[in-house]
Order: sequence, then structure tokens, then C-alpha cells
Amino acid sequence: MKRTLSVLVENRPGVLTRVAGLFSRRGYNIDSLAVGRTENPSISRMTIVVDGDEQIIEQVSKQLNKLIDVIKLSDITDDPHVGRELVLIKVNAEPAVRGEIMQIVDIFRARIVDIARNSLIIEATGDADKIDAIENSLRPFGIREVVRTGKIAMLRGAKTRGMEASGDGAGE
Amino acid sequence: MDTVFGIPGGSVLPLYHELAVASIRHILTRHEQAAAHAADGYARASGKPGVCIATSGPGATNLVTGIANAYMDSIPIIAITGQVSVAMIGRDSFQEADITGITLPVTKANYLVKNIRDLAVTIHEAFHVAATGRPGPVLIDVPKDITTQRAAFHYPPRLHLPGYRSRVEPHALQVAQAAAAIQAATKPLLFIGGGVITSGAHEEVRQLAEEQDIPVVMSMMGKGAFPEQHPLFIGMVGMHGTAAANYAICETDLIIGVGVRFDDRVTGKIEAFAPKAKIIHIDIDAAEIGKVVAAHIPIVADARQALQALLAKLPGKMERPAWRQQIKRWQEENPLRYEQCGLKPQYVIEELYHLTGGRAIISTDVGQHQMWAVQYYPLERPRAFLSSCGLGTMGFGVPAAMGAAIARPGETVVAISGDGSFQMNIQELATLSHYRIPVKIVLLNNGYLGMVRQWQEFFFDRRYAYSEMAGNPDFVKVAEAYRVPGRRVTTREEVVPALQEALETEGPFLLDVLIDREENVFPMVPPGGTLNKMVTGGRQE
Repeated sequence: MKRTLSVLVENRPGVLTRVAGLFSRRGYNIDSLAVGRTENPSISRMTIVVDGDEQIIEQVSKQLNKLIDVIKLSDITDDPHVGRELVLIKVNAEPAVRGEIMQIVDIFRARIVDIARNSLIIEATGDADKIDAIENSLRPFGIREVVRTGKIAMLRGAKTRGMEASGDGAGE
Repeated sequence: MDTVFGIPGGSVLPLYHELAVASIRHILTRHEQAAAHAADGYARASGKPGVCIATSGPGATNLVTGIANAYMDSIPIIAITGQVSVAMIGRDSFQEADITGITLPVTKANYLVKNIRDLAVTIHEAFHVAATGRPGPVLIDVPKDITTQRAAFHYPPRLHLPGYRSRVEPHALQVAQAAAAIQAATKPLLFIGGGVITSGAHEEVRQLAEEQDIPVVMSMMGKGAFPEQHPLFIGMVGMHGTAAANYAICETDLIIGVGVRFDDRVTGKIEAFAPKAKIIHIDIDAAEIGKVVAAHIPIVADARQALQALLAKLPGKMERPAWRQQIKRWQEENPLRYEQCGLKPQYVIEELYHLTGGRAIISTDVGQHQMWAVQYYPLERPRAFLSSCGLGTMGFGVPAAMGAAIARPGETVVAISGDGSFQMNIQELATLSHYRIPVKIVLLNNGYLGMVRQWQEFFFDRRYAYSEMAGNPDFVKVAEAYRVPGRRVTTREEVVPALQEALETEGPFLLDVLIDREENVFPMVPPGGTLNKMVTGGRQE
């Protein structure tokens, strides 16, 4: 079972290592992990897709929540959300087959972003299914390289996964 | 915090230059690992964070075992390490080690301070994080040039830690459910651990046990959290727990787990653990709930607060005579016992108990002697038993005892050790001697890595592969070389006078007790076994 976790973290050195290390140390499998700055430069958001049963997901969430750099964690799998991935695919493209490739690119509303004598780079965004589909459609031509960002996600509607945190504001 | 433990070196020279004229006492240990264990022992005995200091590179890496040890047992220590100057980091400089990277999995938090302006707030944050919530070790890595710069001292009274919640209130609904479950149970069992001691909940545990007539078992970390001579006390559970405690786990219909993490040494075969019981699990760390056993009623909160809330929901007294009688029967049928001949380690500990009136602070190393100490030195109060329970670190006992003796001056501190463990930090005899720290070392010397030998006897066809400590020194002579008085004990008759001499001599003392070499720890639940299937004594063929 794949779950999508949206995690707000403090933008501090080592936080990515901490999160990634936690997964490997405790034997959890990361499907993908995407990280970037939020509207607040001191806070980053990680979108983590993790594979595991309910008990594993619960442990992952609790262990992540224990990290001091983790401000807030939400499992948004079951909430309506927009989930996107970006992929760059370098595919073999002899002049004779370029037309066919361009048709596929159109169907998936992808774009050609680079062209060489015998190859193209195609850029596509979409959910994981769509990215898998375009990859499969291009495979017969010979894929040379694939670079995927991993999923990023945002809740639909006006709701946000805001910064309202409940941590310690005061010391002794 | 009044005392720190450490060893100077290149990267911390500027720090030590100031420490020498500061109002903080510094104890020079002879190995950084001992500094970390001493800070740990200081913390366990006092309830306050312990502090250790080491230089960069090897100094810092030598702390790692001590830090990991504190992490496993949730002990608040602050490790301050020197680091090479900021500009030199990442260049494989002399005595450089990525200690924040190395200690990432074994610290609650760690920091590399790259700007002097962050130093004061980092120290504030480190102490706060180490000591609150579920405590744990925190490391601060300070590059050498940071300690030579000057900056205006800015110590913010408020910390900004949006991702850290140290206080968690018990959930009223969960508490009500727990209270109802306790009232409905016919064979409830309190299972207490280190969290009870950390939160100072021992009085609440006692009140709950007495008012609701609930028998009590403990994990090793819980030793001292409930008076062991109390009629409701059954003993430690798990691999070397008492038979009655293990039977009780197998029969109980409600476990009230307080500040415990259901370690595999406690549960044995997890599928067969407490098969008839509902579980109430009280822990301040949400991640402990459901980690090993499924909790029917989880309460994420400080143990003391949770128990107070629970007590408020449980007016009046309960009597459970049938359950108590059953336990009493188990206790009478399966007492702890050993043969009354030769020089038995159990006898040494029993006599130590009598001579100290049960009022000593006991620290142990790891192995057979550790289990005998748990079994034969019952305690009446918390923070008087220091042992490496989670990590199982041989070499912990003597330095931890040093920390405790410094934290609690005037108390009798005894390090019960074995010849294997003691040699892992034997150099600390120098520290004991240097500062005349009054630690009494009782060395239960069988010339073996005893627990290893026991396992080889039971599970490895008696092929005693490398567990005999041939080449042991004369420990009394070693102690004497360090100007620590000592005495060797070879017969049962000498035990009491020798213990008396050790306890009456001022300062440190070493007793080298040549115990029966092949004495085993019983009862024993084979690893991964079911708790009611114990080996309870005698040679197993």
C-alpha cells in the first residue's frame, strides 16, 4: 500500500539526512522523496511516498514526528489532492520515427525540450500512472535515460497543510 | 549541573583553557567512553543531565558507545565535542571525524555550531531537548575557531522549537477507558519501566498498585521504581526474570505498561507474550505505542500525569485475593535459589545487601553479574540502580558508578562487575584514584565471559569458543598499582569481612571475588522462547 506523506521540516542542515537515514535505519522503503523550500524560506516541505502496511505507515509517521526538525506531518493519501511528478526521458529517435514519437508526446501533453541527431529529451508532468504510461509508450523506441522527481502533492480546495505547529515555544 | 567529565585534546584546547578557571568541576577520565558513561551515571543517579567533553576525531568517536548507551536507555546526557575549524571541515583534516553524521542514529538531536552567534542558543536547546519529553543524549559539535571567537552573550529565554513537543497531556477518554478496564479486570498486572523513574511516578505507581490491589512486575530499567520487598511486587520479567513474574505475564488479563518499551529480552516470543491480556500502554513517546505489541488502550503522556489522571478516575479500593494468592503460590513454588556451597556470586550480593541495608547505589556492568545484581539486591527507591539495559555495554559499570558517586556524595556506591566487563574500562582505576572517588568495586571474577559461556553451555554444544579469560591479571595488584586498595576473596568465609573492609575503607576499593566459575543465571527463558518455558536451575543435559 502506497501512502503519500506531506512533511513540513525546518530548513536546517542535515534534515534530509535525518529523514532519509530514519527510513533506512528502521527498514522502511521510500518509494519517492521530493523536497523543496516552501513560501517560508526557513521551512521546507518533503513529499514522501512510502510503501508498507498500516502498522509500518503508523511507525514511519510516529518516528518522523519524533524528529525535532519535523514540524508537521500529514498523511494526505485519502484527502483529495493534486499529485504531480515531473519526468525527463531521453529516448532514441532516428529521423524516421520522430513523427510517431511526437504523436505520443502530444497525446500525453508532454513536451520535447531537447533534440539531438538521434535522440530527444521529453518532459512530462502528471500523476504516477501517467508518467508510467508515457514511459511504457516510449520504451519500444529505446529509452536511454529517465530522471523522475518523485511525487509532490497539494490538497485541493482552500485548505492548506499550514505551519500551525504545537511544539515548544518556551524553555525553562 | 556542576561537574563535567572529559579529556582535553587539540580542538578543545581553547575550551579547556577557560574551563580551568570556570566554576565547573571537571573530572579527567582516562578514556572518553568512560566520560560518556560517567555523565550517564551522573544523570541516572541525579535526574539531571550529565555532561561529557571530548576532542575532535578519535576523542569524539570514543564517546559514541556511551552516547548509544544513553540513547537506548533514554538518559539525558550532553556530549560536547571539539571539531576542526570551520574552514577545515570536510577536508579530511587531522583529527577530523563527521561526528554529527556518526551519531545521527544514536542521539535525540545533534548540532554542528558553525557560527558563534548560535552557540548559546544551541546549548540552551540541547539541554532542553535532552532533559524533556523522552530524555536522550544530545551532541554539540563545536569547531575550534568558534571557541576562540568573541560574541555578545545572547541567551534567549524562549526557544523556538516548532517541531518538538515535550509535554503531552493524557487523553481524558483514553484514561477513562483505562480506568474501566482496570475495574473490569480480574488479573491485572502493572508492568513498570524506566519511564516511571524518569517522570518520578513511583509514588503514583505504588498508590495505584495498593488501592487497586494490582501486582507489579518490572523491566530492568524499572528497578527501584517500586519497593521490591512490597507484598505486591513479583519481580523482573523476561529472560532472567522471576518465574512468578513470567507466569503472571502469561496469565494476566490486563497489562498496565508504564514507561516500558516491550524489549525482546522482556517479551520473549512476541506472539506468545501475554496471550490473555488487554494492554494499556502509557508512554510519553507515541512511537513506542504499537511498535512491538499492539496496545488496546494507548495513553501518550508523561507517566506521572497519566497515573494521576487514572487515579482520579478510580475512587475506592479493590481487592483481588484470588489473583494475589495465585501469584503467591507461584512465588513459593519457584523462589530464586542457588546452591549453598562453594563461593557463589549470589551469596556475595546477598551479603552486600545486608551490609549496606539495601541502601547502596548499585551500578553494574553487563553479563551474569548484572542479572545476579538484579535478582539478589532488592531496592526500595528509584535512581539507585544504574545498568546498561538496552545496549548491554560491557565497561559501563565502573565509570557510571563514578558519575553517581559524584552526583550523590555521601552515598555508598558499589560497582558490581565481572572480569570481562571490568577490563573494558579498567583504566578508570586511575580516575578513581586521582579524585579518590569512593566507588567500591565488587568484581565477581569467574575467569570467563560468563554469560557467553552460559550460552555456549546451553545453546552451542559446550564449545567454549574464546570465552575463557586466560591471562587475567591479578586485579588486586592492578588496583594497587593505581593506589586503589584491594583484597582478593577466595572462600565463602572471607566474603563478609572483605565486604566490610571495602565499605569501611575511605575512597575507592576493589574486591576481587573468585566465584564458582561455572555458576549460571537462572531462571532463563531461551532467546525467542515463551516466558512460561523457563530453565530454572541445575545443569541442562
